[in-house]
Amino acid sequence: MENEAGALSRVAGLFSARGYNIESLSVAPTEDPTLSRMTVVTTGSDEVIEQITKQLNKLIEVVKLVDLSNGDHIERELMLVKVRAVGEDREEMKRLTDIFRGSIIDVTDKTYTIELTGPSSKLDAFQQAIERSLVLETVRTGASGLGRGERILKA
Amino acid sequence: MSIELTGAEITIRCLQEEGVSHIFGYPGGAVLFLYDELFKQDKVKHILVRHEQAALHAADGYARSSNKVGVALVTSGPGVTNAVTGIATAYMDSIPMVIISGQVPTAAIGQDAFQEVDTVGITRPCVKHNFLVKDITELASTIKKAFYIASTGRPGPVLVDIPKDVTQQKTTFHYPSSIAMRSYTPVIHGDVQQVKKAVQMILDAKRPMIYSGGGVILNDASAELIELAQMLDFPCTNTLMGLGGYPATDRQFVGMLGMHGTYEANMAMQYCDVLIAVGARFDDRVIGNPKHFYSEERKIIHIDIDPSSISKRVKVDVPIVGSVSEVLRELIKLLKASKEKTDAHALQEWWRQIETWRARDCLKYDRASSLIKPQMVVEKLYEATQGDAFITSDVGQHQMWAAQFYKFNKPRRWINSGGLGTMGFGLPSAMGVQMANPGAKVACITGEASIQMCIQELSTCKQYHLPIKIINLNNRYMGMVRQWQEFFHGNRYAESYMDALPDFVKLAESYGHVGMRIDKPEDIEGALREAFKLEQQLVFIDFITDQTENVFPMVPGGKGLSEMILV
Repeated sequence: MENEAGALSRVAGLFSARGYNIESLSVAPTEDPTLSRMTVVTTGSDEVIEQITKQLNKLIEVVKLVDLSNGDHIERELMLVKVRAVGEDREEMKRLTDIFRGSIIDVTDKTYTIELTGPSSKLDAFQQAIERSLVLETVRTGASGLGRGERILKA
Repeated sequence: MSIELTGAEITIRCLQEEGVSHIFGYPGGAVLFLYDELFKQDKVKHILVRHEQAALHAADGYARSSNKVGVALVTSGPGVTNAVTGIATAYMDSIPMVIISGQVPTAAIGQDAFQEVDTVGITRPCVKHNFLVKDITELASTIKKAFYIASTGRPGPVLVDIPKDVTQQKTTFHYPSSIAMRSYTPVIHGDVQQVKKAVQMILDAKRPMIYSGGGVILNDASAELIELAQMLDFPCTNTLMGLGGYPATDRQFVGMLGMHGTYEANMAMQYCDVLIAVGARFDDRVIGNPKHFYSEERKIIHIDIDPSSISKRVKVDVPIVGSVSEVLRELIKLLKASKEKTDAHALQEWWRQIETWRARDCLKYDRASSLIKPQMVVEKLYEATQGDAFITSDVGQHQMWAAQFYKFNKPRRWINSGGLGTMGFGLPSAMGVQMANPGAKVACITGEASIQMCIQELSTCKQYHLPIKIINLNNRYMGMVRQWQEFFHGNRYAESYMDALPDFVKLAESYGHVGMRIDKPEDIEGALREAFKLEQQLVFIDFITDQTENVFPMVPGGKGLSEMILV
C-alpha cells in the first residue's frame, strides 16, 4: 500500500466498521520508500474472506492485495519474552531457548530476555512450554509473510 | 516564468479548472482566505446555506440531477461535524462530491485548538477517500485527485481538509490535466467470458427478470437498459434508487420492488428463473430476508462497477465487474449477433403470470375518501407537472408514496436519500437541483416531521429566488414510525405524534414565500395548478392528510418478498 499517513487507520477502521477480525497486523516501509507492506492475519468463512479482500482492494491506498494462504507461503513472527531466571529456572530457561532455537539477548541477575522467531504456531508452543508464572513480559510482532518460490507481490 | 499563488487562490483556480459552476457552503474562521478568493472572482458562484448539512444535501442534489461533481465548502470543527450527515448520505448513495473543509493551522493540529476536530478521522468511514493537505505544493494535485476519485468507478464523496496556513502560503500553480494512480484503476469493461455466459443464460431463460438500481442512473445507462429490456421483452423492476432508469409508464415496467415495492415486482423477483441485476446491490430493503430469497432457485447475473457489491448479500452465478453502460452495450451486441432466440412461448406464459399478479392492483386506495389521501396528492402532482418535474423527497411514508405514485420516465428526476434515509434531505437537495436546472419544475415531497429538520433553508431559497414547490403531506405523525408502531408495537405511538406544529402557511410567508393550506381532496388539483403558475415563487402547500393511511404493500422486516402485507 501507499506509504502515507492514515493508510493504516483506514485498514484498521475497515475491519472494525464491518465487524471483521484482525488477529494480527504488521506493517513497515519496503525497499521502495513510497510503499508499505502490510501482513494482516484474519479468520472467517470463504464468503467473509472474499468480502474482506474486496473491501481492502477498494481502499484507495491499497496498491495490491494477495491472500497468501491461497498458496504456498512463508510466515514468520518475532517474539520477545522477559522471564524470571533464578536458581534452577535459569538453566531450564536456557535449555528451552536452545531447543526452540531462540536466543537470549539480554541478561540480568534475575532475568533473561529471549528472542524467538518462527511461524506463529512455534511461538505459541514456546509460550506453552515455559512456566507461565515465570513470564514477566511478552511482546509479539504479528506474522509477516511472503509467497514461496518465485511468486511475488509487485505493484 | 510562473507566478506564485496562495493556497486559497490555488483552491479556487482548481475549482474553475474543473468547471465548477456552483459551490454550496458556509464561512468560518478556518476558511476565511478561501472565501476572500471566492469574493474576488465570479466564475464559481457560492450559495450560502443556513446550516452545513444543507450545503452537503444541496451539492448532492446538484450532482444527482446533473451528473456533475457537487462541491461543498465548510469550515473546521462544527462546520465539518454538521456536514457529516450530508457526507454519509452521499456516500451511501454513491454520489460524486468534493468537500473542501477548513482546518486549524498545521502548527495547531493536535493541540485541541478552537474549532479543531479530526476531520479526516471523523469522515473516514463515510467518504470514498479523504486527504489532509499539509504541504501546499501538493494542494493542486490533491484537488485533482479528489475530483478524479469522486467521479470515476463507483462514485462517492471525497473530502479535502486544508489547514488555514496552507491557504495563506504561496507556491507556483500547476493544474495537472490528467492523473494516474497506481493504487486506483477502476475496471470499465466486463470480462468477455462472463458476458458470454450471461448471454447464454439470458437466451435459456423461461422466467427472466431485470432488476436495475442506482448504478444505471449514476452511469447514465438508461438508454442501454431500455434497449436491452425491449429487444428481449423482459419485465423490468427498479429499486428506489433506480427509478427513472426504466420508464415507469412502459408496459414492461412492473414497478419498484422491495419493502414497499409492488406485488408484481416482488413476486416476479421471487419466482423468476434468471435474474439480471444491473447496478443494484441486493440490499436488505430490496430482497428482505436472504434465506427466504434463496428458497426459490434462480440463476443470477450481476453487473456492477464495484466488485465488493457482488456476492455480498446474495451469491450470484455470473458476476460481471464493469461500467454498467459498457457491459450492457456488450450484451446487446452479442445478443443481436446470436442466432439463438429466447423462448417466446415460455416468455408469454411468464407475462401471463405477471399480469395476474398485476391485476391485484396492489397500490389501490380509497379514492372516495372525504379526507385527503396522500397517494392522491402525488398522483395529482404527477398530472399537474405532466410527469416532467424533478422530485426530491425526505424520508418516510411520503417518500414511499412519491416513489410508488409519481411515474418517473426519465433518469435523474427522482432525488432521494435511499441508503442512509436522511430526514431533512428534501428541501436542501431541491435547492441544488434547481441550481443545476434553472427553469425546470422542482418539487419537494415531504412531511411535517422531515421538513422541520432543515426548515431554515427557506431563507436560502428566498435569497437565491428558488421557486421550489414544497408538497407537505401533513398527517401530524412521523408516519412511517407510526405505521411500524401500529403493525409491530401494539399501537403504542411512542413519541411519533408531531405536537406543537407551526402554522406552515405563516411560516412560509414570514420567509417571503407563498403558503397554502389544503384540507379537502377536491382542492388538491387547483392548489397544485396555482402553485406551478407562480413560476418565480416558492410555494409551500400544507396538505392536511388522513392520519391513519399506511404504505402498502409491505414486506415486514425479516420476511421474504412473497410475504407482503397487502391492502
